[in-house]
This record gives sequence, structure tokens and C-alpha cells, in this order.
Amino acid sequence: MALYDLTIHEATDLMRRGDLSSVELTQAVLDRIVDVENQVQAYLTLAPELAMEQAREADARRARRADGEDSPLLGVPLAIKDVLCVEGLPCTCGSRSLEDFTPPYSATAVVRLRAVGCVILGKTNTDEFAMGSSTENSAFFTTHNPWDLTRVPGGSSGGSAAAVASGMAFGALGTDTGGSVRQPASLCGVVGVKASYGRVSRYGLVAFASSLDQIGPLARDVRDAATLLSVIAGHDPRDSTSMPAPVPDYVGALKAQGLNGIRVGVPREYFVSGVQPEVAEAVHAAIEVMRGLGAQVQEVSLPHTEDSLPVYYIIAPAEASANLARYDGVRYGLRVESPEGGMWETYRQTRGAGFGSEVKRRIMLGTYALSAGYYDAYYLKAQQVRTLIKADFDAAFREVDVVACPTAPTTAFKIGEKADDPLQMYLSDVFTLSCNLAGICGISLPCGFDNNGLPIGLQIMGPAFGEETLLRVAHTYEQATEWHTRKPQVPVEQVSGEEIT
Amino acid sequence: MKLSLAQVEHIAELARLSLTDEEKTRYQEQLSAILDYAEKLQAVDTSAIPPTATVLPLRNVMRADEPRDSMSREDVLANAPQVKADSFRVQAVLE
Repeated sequence: MALYDLTIHEATDLMRRGDLSSVELTQAVLDRIVDVENQVQAYLTLAPELAMEQAREADARRARRADGEDSPLLGVPLAIKDVLCVEGLPCTCGSRSLEDFTPPYSATAVVRLRAVGCVILGKTNTDEFAMGSSTENSAFFTTHNPWDLTRVPGGSSGGSAAAVASGMAFGALGTDTGGSVRQPASLCGVVGVKASYGRVSRYGLVAFASSLDQIGPLARDVRDAATLLSVIAGHDPRDSTSMPAPVPDYVGALKAQGLNGIRVGVPREYFVSGVQPEVAEAVHAAIEVMRGLGAQVQEVSLPHTEDSLPVYYIIAPAEASANLARYDGVRYGLRVESPEGGMWETYRQTRGAGFGSEVKRRIMLGTYALSAGYYDAYYLKAQQVRTLIKADFDAAFREVDVVACPTAPTTAFKIGEKADDPLQMYLSDVFTLSCNLAGICGISLPCGFDNNGLPIGLQIMGPAFGEETLLRVAHTYEQATEWHTRKPQVPVEQVSGEEIT
Repeated sequence: MKLSLAQVEHIAELARLSLTDEEKTRYQEQLSAILDYAEKLQAVDTSAIPPTATVLPLRNVMRADEPRDSMSREDVLANAPQVKADSFRVQAVLE
């Protein structure tokens, strides 16, 4: 197997034994990027020189064995979604409005990864301000699914998912507001975790919908995802919505054998018409594997599942319309000045030119839902139904430890297929939204392939701060199957170093 | 319920967004379709249900009000589109 296809724990084992250096590992990934990035287009910014410098630092740190150095991520090259600040690298959020923005500080999650010696390769493509399900809303380009280059990688963390799937990063950070880590993980055949709301600090994450946003890892197996989560999780005084709760040993939790004593709920509302038959079959088969491993399987009901889509598309745009009010062309970002029209016209021109059509659509929708006369009918109503969605999960988790269902109703769709119909696009998140609305944790992991050879994702959800059991169940299933070991065959077509930066 | 063009223009004004005529017509159609879809929430009985603004049990997180170092002026201004006299340049608010 090629170096770039190793899991993080395999690469770390080799580096700990002295059989591999971070410089060699990083070079292998950079070479892979030269081979396939032109076809996949996962990165908005690549920082190869910086990455090699960090790799040399990591090798020196291992050689010194400072503090009895045993970080499982020392010298491991990762990719960061371009809505998270990395000091000194551009942070565009996939938007023209931030095309020239270079943050003067790093997000807490990034600081924590750097502190344990991770190497940062670059910033990955995203739908503009993380609003979308395909990366087609990126102002710059669309990322291609490594399993079929004519299809979307999912979104909004599509660049991160495609990079991990195609050997262009060993792991990545994404963000998940309504499924934006889990849905691209599903469509690209990798593992993606949305931790409980409050589990990971959002400091340095460009805000989209503040009551829903959560940073999460994408990786090639559950162990790697657990390792990444254990580093980025935990309280941060800079984010008052991060929970002051201790971080359990997520990797240690994976040692448990079998699923005896674990109760798996199957929510009937997630197996409805509109789900691609191969997806439903694969998920049912996965649930049978869990039963075979000792899990007790029972049907549960989450009656307000169907309401999660309208609730989400009121609450998230409402919060976005407030968060994106800051893009006024004064402190950072694009400014289109109107000397005659004055200040107000400058605001209008700046925002009209800087934002793409989906961002404008959501700002308009959210502004309307919050406006005088409509607040009660839309925003307040949506917040009340949100309470019911959360109550559904509270009731289900009194009966079962986790629920298992599809991550997305279909496998990867064609580029352009849903681009002109926002409602159809929104439906691709129908099974992931309620997890954010309820603030609970969820994971997507590979559980099969459809007749076109496209990966299918199994979603497992657990109660708030129930990541240990969630990861244990996912890992036990994964280790009993081989889906996660399949790799896409991306045609190699080299470009010169200058072209990819 | 279909939004009128005047409503679309009013929302755009509240959001300080300049829109082309083509965008206004498109958003009129698309927002109306999305709001129609959201109408289904009116069928849910929420008469005794409190709203959820946050899922966290945290309220009013406080910290000590102590002076500490902040970013340098140079860093703060580095991304500003227009700088004047070591400050962000804005247009006149009062004419």
C-alpha cells in the first residue's frame, strides 16, 4: 500500500518505530496532491513549504523525545476546512467577500492540533460560508468526488472529505451545522464525526449558525477520528458555549469487544420513500451485522423527523442573517465603495457583490423570518418545534443507547443535478439536520457501495456527550467489515507545482 | 403564500443587499417555495411548548474583567480594505 493511503495510526506506528519520518510522510502526500489534485480540486490553499517545515520540526521533536513525546498525531499531515482560521494562511470561507482575508490568529481546534505536532497541508474547499451540500456554492470551484469525478463530494466540508478519500490528507477538520461533516463523509466513503454541541470550541471558526455549528474530524477509520476528536475536544474560555466537561479517553473506549449490552434503535422515520433502495438495504445489512455482534436491535420512533427540514431552514438562515451582518467592508473583506450613494449604498454594494446566490438566499430567508410581523409565525414556531425534535431523541435514548440510520438518502449525485433547485438540494440533508437541532452527537462511516460503485454511509447517533459509546459502536461495526478499506481509483494527471498553489 | 416583489425589495433593504432585477424575480419564486414548505410547521401543536434557543445548560457565562494583552494595531488593521490615520476608514454617517 502507498504511504499516502495509510491510516493515521498506521503511519504513527511506523514513525514511532523509526521506520518513517514525518518529512517522508508529508512528501508522499504532497506528491499525491501533485498527481490527483487537478482532478479532485479539494484545496483552496496549499502550503507545501510550510508543511515541510512543520514536518521537519515534528521529526526534530521526536528525535529529542521532549516530554517523553508520544503524541499519536506528531508529524501527521492534515487538511483544514477553509472556514477555520489558521494564522498566516488565507481564510476565504469559499467566498469572494473574504478572498483576501488572512486571519492574524488560529482557531482553538487548530492550535490544539499544532500543539501535538500535526502538519497543516492547506485549506480545503467548502460551500460559501458552509452553506450547501455539494461544494457547488463555493465561489471558486466545485470539488469532484474521488469515486466518480462527474459527481459532487457532498458538502459543505466536501474538500476535506475528498482530500481524505483520495490520499491528499490523512485526516481533516470540517464543520457540521446540518450535516456538513457527515454527509460528505458518506458521499466520499470516509468517517466523519459531529460531536455534541459544546464539545469542541468554536473559537476561530467563522460563524454560520451559532446554535448549531460544530467542528468535527474526517478520517479513514473510526480510530483516527477518535484520536483527532480527543485532541480538539474540551473546554475553551474563549468560547462561552464550549462545555466545561472533562474529555473522556475516546481511543481507550474503542478497546471494548463486541456489542453485548448495547441497544441499537432503528428509527422508522428514516426508512421512507425517497431513500435510494441500495442505501436502505446497506443500512439494514449493517444493523444485522451489529445484531450479530451482540447488539439488541429495536425499532424506535422520532416522530418529528420530517419537521427538522423546515425548522432547520428557518433557524439556520435566521442565525446566519445576523452573523453575516458583520461583512460591511470596514474591518476586513471586500469593499465596494459608492462615493455618491454614501455609507448605506456602500454596504449594499459590498454585500451584493461579495456574497453568492445561496448565501444571499439564506440571508433573505433569515431576515424575513426575523422581521416584524413574521417572527412568531416562523422563528418562534421553529424554535418550539426544535424543542419537540430534541424531546423525541430524549425519549428514544431512554430506550436505546444509539440509533442507526442512513446518513444521506442517496449516494453522490451528479455535479449540476440539483444546483438550480434549492429545496431539492436541502433534502440531501434531511437525515442529518435533527442531530444538530437536538445538540447530540453523530458519526457517518462506510457501510457499502451502490451499483455504480459509490460509497454508502451509515449514520449512528448518540445522546449529548455520549461520544464514547458512539465511537465504540461505530468502531466495533467497522472492524467487523471491510468497507472502510476500499480506496477510489483517481486517474493520475500531474500538474506543475506552481499551478496547484 | 407568494411573496410580492415589494416584499422581496423590503427584505433586501433590511439585509442591506443590492440585488439585480433578475435576482429579485428568482428569490421571489424560490423564497416563496421554501416558505410554502415551512408552512407545514403550522400544523404542529406547540401551544404549551417553550422555544429552544440553545441546547446547552449554560447561562450567562462570566469571566473576571481584567486587563490583558490584545492584538497589535498593525494586526488588527492588516485586513482592512481602507485605513486612514491608523484607523478603519468609514464614510460619513451623518451628512
